[in-house]
Amino acid sequence: MELYESNYAVQIEDLTVAYDAKPVLWDIDLDIPQGKLMAVIGPNGAGKTTLLKAMLGLLVPVSGTVRFFHETDNSLRKLKNKVAYVPQSGSVDWDFPATVLDIVLMGCYGRLGLIKRPGKKDKEAAMECLQKVGMTEYAGRQISQLSGGQQQRVFLARALMQTADIYFMDEPFKGVDIQTEKAIVVLLKELKESGKTVVVVHHDLQTVPDYFDWVTLINIKVIASGPVEEVFHEQNLKKAYRSTGNLLKSAV
Amino acid sequence: MEALIYLFKDYTFQTVALGSAILGLISGVLGSFAVLRKQSLLGDGVSHAALPGVVMAFILTGSKDTEILLLGALISGLIATYFIINIVKHTRIKFDSALALVMSVFFGLGLVLLTYVQKIPNSNQAGLKRFIFGQASTLLQRDVYFMVICGVILLVFILLFWKEFKLYIFDDEYAKSLGFPAHRLNLLLSFMIVMAIITGLQTVGVILMSAMLIAPAVAARQWTNRFWVMVVLSALFGAISGIFGTAASSLMAKLPTGPAIVVFISGIVIFSVLFAPGRGILQKVIHRKNLKLFLRDQGGDGNVPTV
Repeated sequence: MELYESNYAVQIEDLTVAYDAKPVLWDIDLDIPQGKLMAVIGPNGAGKTTLLKAMLGLLVPVSGTVRFFHETDNSLRKLKNKVAYVPQSGSVDWDFPATVLDIVLMGCYGRLGLIKRPGKKDKEAAMECLQKVGMTEYAGRQISQLSGGQQQRVFLARALMQTADIYFMDEPFKGVDIQTEKAIVVLLKELKESGKTVVVVHHDLQTVPDYFDWVTLINIKVIASGPVEEVFHEQNLKKAYRSTGNLLKSAV
Repeated sequence: MEALIYLFKDYTFQTVALGSAILGLISGVLGSFAVLRKQSLLGDGVSHAALPGVVMAFILTGSKDTEILLLGALISGLIATYFIINIVKHTRIKFDSALALVMSVFFGLGLVLLTYVQKIPNSNQAGLKRFIFGQASTLLQRDVYFMVICGVILLVFILLFWKEFKLYIFDDEYAKSLGFPAHRLNLLLSFMIVMAIITGLQTVGVILMSAMLIAPAVAARQWTNRFWVMVVLSALFGAISGIFGTAASSLMAKLPTGPAIVVFISGIVIFSVLFAPGRGILQKVIHRKNLKLFLRDQGGDGNVPTV
């Protein structure tokens, strides 16, 4: 295998997903190179979250394959140490009786496998992850007392706990204030620096060039995918959003 | 007092109290999982749906052995669960409607079958009605053994898959993304909850069984913010109610055991909802009133700190 010829973290071929008769994703072909910080953008209902879930194997596609690091067997059971998922923080009930540390510890459950419990070392690792997201003093806090931004940070810490190679994040900036957003971006860039691949579902078009170096525009189909400076321009955006007006302030 | 001591030495009382305590313990533990999973009502559906199974088992085998009748209950409870899950999955009918529908259809069928059985001449069906409201006094020693075995199996599974169940209940998609067999965990947990319900049918009956499942867990949640403490407390509340309910019904004439247990656990729930620190209503009211008085008399600090 020549490593340089095809240095991809994720390769998607002919992926089609349909909930009912209508396809949500249609014939997606997408290669995500390693070590990139990639935004997935597109209008509401374009299938961004679905794409993420299909890549993670959380839903069964009608057709198509997803491969990570050229592995032929892409079952999550084998890949649990390589792929981390940060769901939308609104997807769970935060009144669950658990502390922040409990939730972050869940990040190592996959590594532990069935039956084994997290030990002292895992707790230390969890505290380190909390420190990275600036939540150390909240370790013992009941999770129902967290704000939206803090919930997001806890989910991020949980994903860091997995020490994965690819991170999938579903709208990590949804409902967080500017301070938390900045903190998360710094973290994402650190992950990228250390060679990890990060895929983020994103909504704010204005910040795309600042935050990301790779971008994929989708609307049921892939509109464009590539480096931000090449792909992220008014023409492609209009195609993705089916809009006639200008979408970028800079282009006005 | 003397009556109480005499009571605790009584062999029948010991058997029934032990049975009820074990039932309280099992349903307390499994109930915590059902409540946190937001499936409290599923327990209600399954227990009501068990009735036709009990009667069918009697019609088909002619046996009145508790194990055989409960096996029938288990089968019809599982069929009902299967129906509910698939109705929700394949139609636009929501979970609560599907549940109410399946539950009433099954319970109605059970009552029809029960009436039918009673009209068969010479059929020895007298004991079947006890499954509607339960009759703890019919608990035999071997019924208690049966409950102990079921309880031990359930608790072993809970301990083994503690971390997996906790993860699955909190965030099932994340559990899936970590490579855990989420679907199988879901099936296992549902099956265990159904098992817990079935073991309680003889004692408290199909109608009140869901209270045994939900009440201890709801009360326990009020007192703690830790998952394992909640499960232990819930088991404790369930077991205590079992013993005290049995004692109350033995001391007072014509007080049925199952309902007595449920009344007792309901008392614990009311007390917990009102007086538990942190989540209790009383503390919230006092706190709000004090704060209001403080703000009126002293005035708030104009410089509100930001986090």
